[in-house]
Amino acid sequence: MTTAVNTSRRGRRSPLASVGLHATLIVASVIAVFPVLWVFLTSLKPAKYAITTDFVKETTLANYTDLLENTEFLTWFGNSLLIAGLTTVLGVFVSATTGYAVSRFRFPGKRGLMWTLLITQMFPVAVLIVPIYNIMATMGLLNQPVGLVVTYLTIAVPFCAWMMKGFFDTIPMEIDESGQVDGLTPFGTFWRLILPLAKPGIAVTAFYSFITAWGEVAYASAFMVGDENLTLAGGLQKFVNQYGAQWGPMAAASVLIAIPAALVFLFAQRHLVTGMSAGAVKG
Amino acid sequence: MAVDTSSQSMAKAAGDVARGRSRGTGKPETKLKRSLSTHWYAWAMVAPVTVVIAVIIGYPLFRGVYLSLTDANERNVARSIGVNEIPATYEFVGLDNYTEALTGDQFLGTLGWTLVWTVACVSVTFVMGLGLANMLNRRIAGRSFYRMLLILPWAVPGFVSVFAWRFLYNQDNGLLNKILAGGGIDAVPWLNDPTWAKFSVIAVNVWLGVPFMMVALLGGLQSIPGELYEAAEMDGASAWQRFRNITLPGLRSVSTTVILLSTIWTFNMFPVIFLLTRGGPGEATQILVTQAYKFAFEISPRDFAQSSTWGVLILVLLMLFAAVYRRVLRKQGEVW
Repeated sequence: MTTAVNTSRRGRRSPLASVGLHATLIVASVIAVFPVLWVFLTSLKPAKYAITTDFVKETTLANYTDLLENTEFLTWFGNSLLIAGLTTVLGVFVSATTGYAVSRFRFPGKRGLMWTLLITQMFPVAVLIVPIYNIMATMGLLNQPVGLVVTYLTIAVPFCAWMMKGFFDTIPMEIDESGQVDGLTPFGTFWRLILPLAKPGIAVTAFYSFITAWGEVAYASAFMVGDENLTLAGGLQKFVNQYGAQWGPMAAASVLIAIPAALVFLFAQRHLVTGMSAGAVKG
Repeated sequence: MAVDTSSQSMAKAAGDVARGRSRGTGKPETKLKRSLSTHWYAWAMVAPVTVVIAVIIGYPLFRGVYLSLTDANERNVARSIGVNEIPATYEFVGLDNYTEALTGDQFLGTLGWTLVWTVACVSVTFVMGLGLANMLNRRIAGRSFYRMLLILPWAVPGFVSVFAWRFLYNQDNGLLNKILAGGGIDAVPWLNDPTWAKFSVIAVNVWLGVPFMMVALLGGLQSIPGELYEAAEMDGASAWQRFRNITLPGLRSVSTTVILLSTIWTFNMFPVIFLLTRGGPGEATQILVTQAYKFAFEISPRDFAQSSTWGVLILVLLMLFAAVYRRVLRKQGEVW
């Protein structure tokens, strides 16, 4: 905004404006990166120096080995992987055809369904957490991965259906029509023509619902107790609450959680916003 | 459902729908049959989602609304201890919970802070996102490098970043206070003083939210044709006029969407508050969602009825907001 004012002519910036632009972007980048970088640097210091201000001090992997050997980190990692993975697969599988039907056909009930999909995405965690907790308690599903997967599907299914509608919308109708001319049923068209074309969109949808489940806190904190049942979001809380503040292992755990997610994210992010805003705008 | 549909009529039906005609013209009893044969596959395709939503969202929602009309708490709900099944003994109390919530100070006080929190977060995030998007939309050396760095807060799982911030905010050992101490400034109680804590949670949420805003708005900026700017320049429009009259209108549809999404997300932003301050100090940073969670899971006896009541009220508020938002946009001629 400020630079828009400073710039005298498009493409021909005064040197001063250029410096200002770079300075602002550098400051913003430092603020964006620093907390993450600091945790990374902390994870490489011996635990007893975790709270020092030195950027690097006696670099060691002790925090990591300590984390892997003396805590349940790997169990939590496995739990998170299992729960988020199952949620993603089921969510995408269940909602793919709906995304297609809503994108292509007019049928009685479509409006109602679209509204339901939209409104369920606004659901605050507070409105479902108590009833689901009680239902799970009577069914004996608390503290079970299955219970959490079912709970996460309440978030993933509407989201996936909505987002995939957005992606299917970008595939031209002519492809469906050509399929019909060739005698394919609507299911055949979907399965043989549209689905292969929508693969990138499905991948992004899957990735996003995976990340959502991977980072979910409220349900995981309420439903899962006992060290061996926690997901990563619950496990990480252990380092800072129960044993006082163990910043060293916490930093190591943070890095191990963040690295894979961040890597995949940076590859997928270009498509994320397109899918989401496309679906939302055209709704 | 599909038994009486021959493949021939199916193909015909498919053609009908693809062209968007779906109205049956027959008599009432054949109407249903007709719309079945026309729409059965569309219905079959949406059936899985419909069933799943009805079972895992519809039923709990119904239960939640019912619980909010009772005095259910930890001690009187159905539960099983070992092999003993204890039946539920809570009672229907009508709208008592709602009158209590809406006339008491706690709900309205929490709502007040939740609104401040939402408005502050969304507006600051939007302005910063817009500013950064505009900068990144210029021809500038290292653009994609900046972009990658600026996106990082979005790429790291939220709960991890929140712990990173908690580490920085730590009053005695946190880096921020150590830096201040180096400059001779007294330690700031980032998370331990009500006012500072409010500031701190907003700062973290803005930090988390800017990348999404920025990427979305950048997409919007790139879709504005460059000719518009050139034409405006020919006509002698200043940079500010170009921003005001081309950029902002061009971003309208993206902005309305991201502001709506961001408002809903922020209003419901559980992890930031829960992991950073747990609503404290006192209840200073407690937003509606975290307070409702606290009623159900952190106090004793757990107050399920109260929690459900707050949950339902939050949902109603959000739906009202979305409806008003949509109406305002529609009045201004927006298609959404």
